[in-house]
Amino acid sequence: MDNANRILVLFAHPALHKSWVNRRLIRAIGDLEHVTLHDLYEAYPSFHIDVKREQALLLAHDMIVFQHPFYWYSSPAILKEWQDLVLEHGFAYGAGGTALVGKTFLSAITTGGQKEAYCRSGANRFAIRELLAPFEQTARLCGMDYLPPFVIHGTHLLREADQIDPYARAYRLLLMGLRDGTVRWDALAEGEYLNHDLDRVLTSPR
Amino acid sequence: MHDESLFLQAFIYLAAAVVAVPISNRLGLGSVLGYLIAGVVIGPFGLHLVGQEGEDVMHFAEFGVVMLLFLVGLELQPSRLWRLRLPILGMGGLQVLATALLITALAMLLGLTWTMALAVGLILSMSSTAIGLQSLDEKGLAKTDAGQSAFSVLLFQDIAVIPILALLPLLAYEKADLGGHGPALNPWLQAVMVLGIVAGIIVGGRYLMRPVFRIVAATRLREVFTAMALLLVIGIALAMQSVGLSPALGTFVAGVVLADNEYRHELEGDIAPFKGLLLGLFFLTVGASIDFRLLIERPWLILGLVLALVVAKLGVLVALGRGFRLAWSQTLLFGFALAQGGEFAFVLFSFATKARVLPESLTAVLVAVVAFSMLLTPLLLISNDRWLQPRFASPTEEREADGIDESENPVIIAGFGRFGQVVGRLLLAHRCRITVLDHSPAQIDLLRRFGWKVFYGDAGRLDLLQAAGAAQARLLVVAIDDPDKALEIVALAQKHFPHLAILARAQDRRHAYALIRQGVSLIRRETFGSALEMGIDALRLLGVRAHRAHRIAQTFRQHDEAALQEMATIEGDDALVIARSRQLTHDLEQLLQADGSSIGADNDQAWDVVARRELSQG
Repeated sequence: MDNANRILVLFAHPALHKSWVNRRLIRAIGDLEHVTLHDLYEAYPSFHIDVKREQALLLAHDMIVFQHPFYWYSSPAILKEWQDLVLEHGFAYGAGGTALVGKTFLSAITTGGQKEAYCRSGANRFAIRELLAPFEQTARLCGMDYLPPFVIHGTHLLREADQIDPYARAYRLLLMGLRDGTVRWDALAEGEYLNHDLDRVLTSPR
Repeated sequence: MHDESLFLQAFIYLAAAVVAVPISNRLGLGSVLGYLIAGVVIGPFGLHLVGQEGEDVMHFAEFGVVMLLFLVGLELQPSRLWRLRLPILGMGGLQVLATALLITALAMLLGLTWTMALAVGLILSMSSTAIGLQSLDEKGLAKTDAGQSAFSVLLFQDIAVIPILALLPLLAYEKADLGGHGPALNPWLQAVMVLGIVAGIIVGGRYLMRPVFRIVAATRLREVFTAMALLLVIGIALAMQSVGLSPALGTFVAGVVLADNEYRHELEGDIAPFKGLLLGLFFLTVGASIDFRLLIERPWLILGLVLALVVAKLGVLVALGRGFRLAWSQTLLFGFALAQGGEFAFVLFSFATKARVLPESLTAVLVAVVAFSMLLTPLLLISNDRWLQPRFASPTEEREADGIDESENPVIIAGFGRFGQVVGRLLLAHRCRITVLDHSPAQIDLLRRFGWKVFYGDAGRLDLLQAAGAAQARLLVVAIDDPDKALEIVALAQKHFPHLAILARAQDRRHAYALIRQGVSLIRRETFGSALEMGIDALRLLGVRAHRAHRIAQTFRQHDEAALQEMATIEGDDALVIARSRQLTHDLEQLLQADGSSIGADNDQAWDVVARRELSQG
């Protein structure tokens, strides 16, 4: 396990007590070895982000996951604040800004709307991958590899534990696969969502 | 000469208690059995140290029962009863009803008249709070399903004593003189009297006692308040006796009326030691009066009755436990913990004898039966642990995290002045239940008028913290304005209630250091937050933009709080303190100035226009 990838999950949800799905998701990964769950709203209730500490955390991990609900086609405010402050010039980008080069980036998001709403003819007019373009470009500017997103649609309709549990299990399996390097990178490239065909993406555990 | 014999008696009783109770506790038999056994040892069938005068002592000791009922009443806040209404009424009500009926039927089979049988049934349906709850507590099982169910049942029994006390005189086989000086009353008239007196006590307790307590508390002399509390209980007892009613009934009602009173915890703390001693004395006299000739002459009768009592009670309890969907292991624990006669049985038997409900020849036997059933409980619980529980223990039986104990408030706030009030209002706005203690009668009076539930009491006293529910609470907020007293309370709470998370208000830096060294992890300096806010205001008036002023203040706070923790460990050596403090101030200046300048700053660089410009050019 020594060559395992260390994963940093930056989790942002301003009202976790109302999000049954996100609670299940973080519970599913909380105990994984080499996975650091960092709850931003809990760590910085007044948005006073400790830049030095956050940069040290980034340096200590190989993969960065943004886990959050998809608010207004973007992240909750604290994660934007985090990007503005932590991804400094000279650290993450620009002259000498190579701290994140070669790391892997993943968005894990939940949306209230159904998948059908995210297309030209749907209410949201754009596909999720299109709407995530700012995140993709941020990752690329910092020299990170961008993975297809992990997306859970229609959270308003997920009421029962047995509806949510398969997603929570998939999320856990995915992070374990990323950690242990049992992912078929070639199968990833064309995927729309990482969790669409998880069996094809993950090689069977050794 | 008279005095001498009084002291000699006091010496014998106290010595018996002091020797026997610790031994009994050690053996896991609990204090009630300790007192009973001590009573047997000094009684006519033991060392014969006490005998004839036992009767007088018993009259005196019965006053302990009166106090016990006063305290039971004080515990019965209506809001708390309402929260627990389902288990109390359901389990408790059914337990008393079913057990009473079953025992009544058995007693009639044995040839008692229906009135006597009913009296015996009602009296024996009581279980022992002292033995049941204490055994569960000692094993750390009070929070389990069985423990909570036992608690509900015992609470119902405590309440049921009152109607039973009122009912018993109606079952009398001949007119009784209850030792009062009032006229012999028609039992129905007496029942009406009960209502009248109760109404009097309620009105008096509601409207009269509050100003009286306030005046007495304003003297700030603790013993005067104690005297006041005793006066209240004795006064009510006398009033009840003068009309030929049970003093216990009156004090119980008074307790209930005062349960919402702001002086409740103080009253509880003051009366409790007297109750404990007198009740101990009562059990001693019961022990001394157990007639061992009965056991020698008719051993099989006594043993048979003990067995019948325990089996009957166990049967009802097990049926209830299963009916209320307890697991088997919990059901058995619940059953064994409560399958005995209770201390109220002694009280009620002596009452029933005097009220001519039961003949003395019968109560003598039954008192012995109850005492032996109590003796059996620890043995039953031990065998349950050893032989029965292992059969039901399943490895998957994982306990849920301890929920909030519904019966007590999770937060105690000591001191409800300008600091504690803000804390309390915030918690209340979040629907968090709090218990508030304050020691200024004027303050309490004011807050009560605004509808706040505040109790009078000095949180520096262990008995008051206990009465306020510190054993069940999760947080203690020490918000009083006296720094030395705050340290005392913290030390007391840490010693006796290590599970409590303590949040302390610090008057200044020095006080904060002392609190940190005492191991309090959550400390707020009382003026720091507002001074910081004003610092922000000042910066803004000087032209600093609001968000930046806010961030500067946050950096300042972080730095200062870290420094506080560090300085606390080196305080004492003045030279070192001054040197270090200068260094820290210097560090902070550097940090804040760097924040304000442009290039090369180590903070907020992402918002730096210069760096952006470089990027777009490069």
